Amino acid sequence: MLQFLLRRALLAVLVCLTVLVVSFVLTRLSGDLAISIAGPNATAEDIATIRQNYGLDRPLVVQFLDWAAHAARGDLGSSYLYHAPVAGLIADRLPITLTLGLSGLAIALLVAIPLGILSAMHEGTVIDRGIGLVALIGQAMPSFWLGLVLIIVVGLKLQWLPISGVDTWEGYIMPAIVLAFSAIPALMRLTRAGMIDALASDYIRTARAKGLRTARIVLKHALRNAAMPVVSVAAVQLGFMLGGSIVIEAVFALHGVGYLAWESISKNDFPVVQAVVLFLAIVYIGLTLAADMMNAVLDPRLRSA
Amino acid sequence: MNAVLEVANLRVAFANGTQAVRGVSLKVERGETHCLVGESGCGKSVSSLAVMNLLARGATRSADVLRFHDTDLMKLSERHMAALRGDKLAMIFQEPMTSLNPAYTIGSQMAEALTRHRRVSRAKALDRAAELLGRVGITAPGMRLAQYPHQLSGGLRQRVMIAMALMCDPELLIADEPTTALDVTVQAQILRLLQSLQRELGLALLLITHDLGIVARMAQRVSVMYAGEVVESASAEALFAQPTHPYTRGLLACIPIPGASRRDEPLGSIPGVVPRIGPDFQGCGFRDRCAHAAPICAQVAPLQHAAPGHDYLCRLPPDWSAAEAA
Amino acid sequence: MSLRHIAFGLGVLIVGVVLVAGVLAPYIAPHDPFAQDLMQRMIPPEWMDGGSALHPFGTDQLGRDYLSRLLYGARISLLIGTLAVVTSGLIGITLGILGGYFGGRVDDVVMFAITCRLSIPLILVALTVVAFVGSSLTVVVLTLGLLLWDRFAVVARTTTMQVRTLDYIAAAQAAGASRLHILSREVLPNILSHLVVVATLEMALAILLEAALSFLGLGVPPPLPSWGLMIAEGKDYMFFSPWVIMIPGIALFVLVLGINLLGDGLRDMLGAGRRP
Ligand SMILES: Nc1ncnc2c1ncn2[C@@H]1O[C@H](COP(=O)(O)OP(=O)(O)O)[C@@H](O)[C@H]1O
Ligand SMILES: [Mg+2]
Repeated sequence: MLQFLLRRALLAVLVCLTVLVVSFVLTRLSGDLAISIAGPNATAEDIATIRQNYGLDRPLVVQFLDWAAHAARGDLGSSYLYHAPVAGLIADRLPITLTLGLSGLAIALLVAIPLGILSAMHEGTVIDRGIGLVALIGQAMPSFWLGLVLIIVVGLKLQWLPISGVDTWEGYIMPAIVLAFSAIPALMRLTRAGMIDALASDYIRTARAKGLRTARIVLKHALRNAAMPVVSVAAVQLGFMLGGSIVIEAVFALHGVGYLAWESISKNDFPVVQAVVLFLAIVYIGLTLAADMMNAVLDPRLRSA
Repeated sequence: MNAVLEVANLRVAFANGTQAVRGVSLKVERGETHCLVGESGCGKSVSSLAVMNLLARGATRSADVLRFHDTDLMKLSERHMAALRGDKLAMIFQEPMTSLNPAYTIGSQMAEALTRHRRVSRAKALDRAAELLGRVGITAPGMRLAQYPHQLSGGLRQRVMIAMALMCDPELLIADEPTTALDVTVQAQILRLLQSLQRELGLALLLITHDLGIVARMAQRVSVMYAGEVVESASAEALFAQPTHPYTRGLLACIPIPGASRRDEPLGSIPGVVPRIGPDFQGCGFRDRCAHAAPICAQVAPLQHAAPGHDYLCRLPPDWSAAEAA
Repeated sequence: MSLRHIAFGLGVLIVGVVLVAGVLAPYIAPHDPFAQDLMQRMIPPEWMDGGSALHPFGTDQLGRDYLSRLLYGARISLLIGTLAVVTSGLIGITLGILGGYFGGRVDDVVMFAITCRLSIPLILVALTVVAFVGSSLTVVVLTLGLLLWDRFAVVARTTTMQVRTLDYIAAAQAAGASRLHILSREVLPNILSHLVVVATLEMALAILLEAALSFLGLGVPPPLPSWGLMIAEGKDYMFFSPWVIMIPGIALFVLVLGINLLGDGLRDMLGAGRRP
């Protein structure tokens, strides 16, 4: 178990490094940052000054290593735009994105798991097909558009919820629902597939032979075994949701990490962009690692292996 | 007094058209062991699952009679059936490796069999589980209760399954090849256990097996199954002394039973395989493999009596083998 | 006809109609999609108050005919979807087959690449690249193509592993066929049905992502009529004229739904297993 975790941790570090190099190279090779920062009216002199001040005249490898060395010590550099440490900028906006992501995941799970169970229990029937169709519709819905439609209908016409900002907790409801929408189909299908396998298994027949009631058979004996892949995918989905919240934050004008990233991209605030990419990659890797550990807790076979 | 279990004309069909059970009838009395024998694939497991109403989805069952004591199991709602299952009616499955839930401890799975049907505490239920584990020959039962299925061998798991089936002192136990996964010494131990339970509790036992040695040792009555039908049914002595259906004779010829096999009969297996019985199948299922098949065997075989309590399903007269030898 | 057939038929119909609309856009569009007419701004669709038969779906904030832009937008969605899937398919299938066939170290590398790809925040990196390189159709296609290959790789890898052990592959190996021949002529055709299903899923995803990028202003550059861009441009007017975002939004939703229905039907028919 310990060896397994060590291996996973090593792999995680390697993945992190690769993601960083790739995103660094991708973004740096794609244009001259100094020109972008300087803006359209800058003279060649201005650009040269900027290049020197920001250390952009050094070879790319040196720039990367310098940045990575600082990042490893927790120093993610300073924003060109805000002239403030990037780590602080992210930390300030993190609560909004995290609240959004977690409540989105909670909603997604609350909808997807019961629907998946229901679908599996009625496999092949109209109920199953109907739920499958709902998933398909959810998958086809462009999230930013759904957000706008909700703003018009729920926010403006019905006036049930605020249309932007998160001054009160109600402000999270619409964005969280929209964010949840993207994760529901995958989670639902996985729950369904896992439950179909579990319900057809021999140990469910044993549970029935004991005379257990349906609720206990489904919720205790089957769901526990179907839950393992769902946990893994839920973690992955949370990672995707945090990354995808950039769109939702733009639609609902929520000033979270995604909004910060969007702003930084449009304003060529490179250190912030690079830091957010690193941050999201670490979160994603951390989440998959956490899911593995959670599965080890759920599955006694992994625990003792 | 009624039999503990009475089945008449039980039929099971699967969604793919397979007629797995085609009119099985049998009775199990209190304190009696009734053996259901037959080759693999002849419908033994499906018959027993049909009795318990545990068939896979897409299977349909019908029966003229399916009675537990005075209760008509065909008319029972799933809720009432569930109340009987695991309490008065228990079953042990053929697949010990996969029949326990990998996510829960042995103790937890055994205890809930009792707490479902009786008002007892979990601690009391665990005590009962430990006691039964000891009775099926598991040493250090306390330790086993805390373990998970994957930590147990197949033999141990099967013994856990047996102990679990006994948690509520059932009146009828259906055991589907309970000892197939076990080695010979454990097998003997389990069979002795079942016999002693029978003596103590008056347990009615429907024992499914393809091992005629076990039949000879355990059975009071025997039903021989072939291709979804009971082709011969008799007391154990009568069956071994005077096997009448050609399939039964073939089966007996496969395994030498001291005093039962006749010297002049060759040893060996029956050539051919069990046919798949589709919805349009007619006539005797054994005719393709039968040395005595005639054109008339394509029609439904008649149920004949070789002796009181000794029935068989074949066109041949009861004394056909004697006549043939003459 | 079961529900399943109806769903597949609907998918074929939707994709077919959008395809025809996109291909024939220059011939069936009533107006030039780029022609502005500042006197004719924000005319509602024909069926609403103040609508006119001249502009069946109304006009946008620059007075451009909405129906024409919608028809040309179909081209962009399908073009980007198709090209992104081709690019990502080439990358993903190659990686997946190599990993699945050779196993061992090669497979380790492929798995590592897949893990890395999944750890890259998709939208963020796509946005960054488009922002720095400058937005154009080619950049959007290449960015999406380079980022969406993971599912192709995963499915190609697992199915190749299953196929590898089959008899005819062993026979081809024994007959001394070259590796390239085995991979392209024996393995690929046998896993193709699974890959077709993945392709539909990825195409739907690529179309949605393009719309999202364009919506955020970092996708297809204006004045090209991308549906995502149309929604972004209409956003400021949506409170008074909701139809400016409803029309392109519904078009996007219906097309993606159609592709997904098509993919689901294909999966059922080709027996390509469960939805990944
Ligand atoms: N779920 C099922 N679907 C279709 N056919 C089945 C199913 N379960 C069993 N069968 C078929 O029913 C027949 C009887 O099987 P079974 O009762 O398991 O035989 P056995 O006598 O070995 O226990 C076999 O032909 C088997 O293929
Ligand atoms: Mg069996």
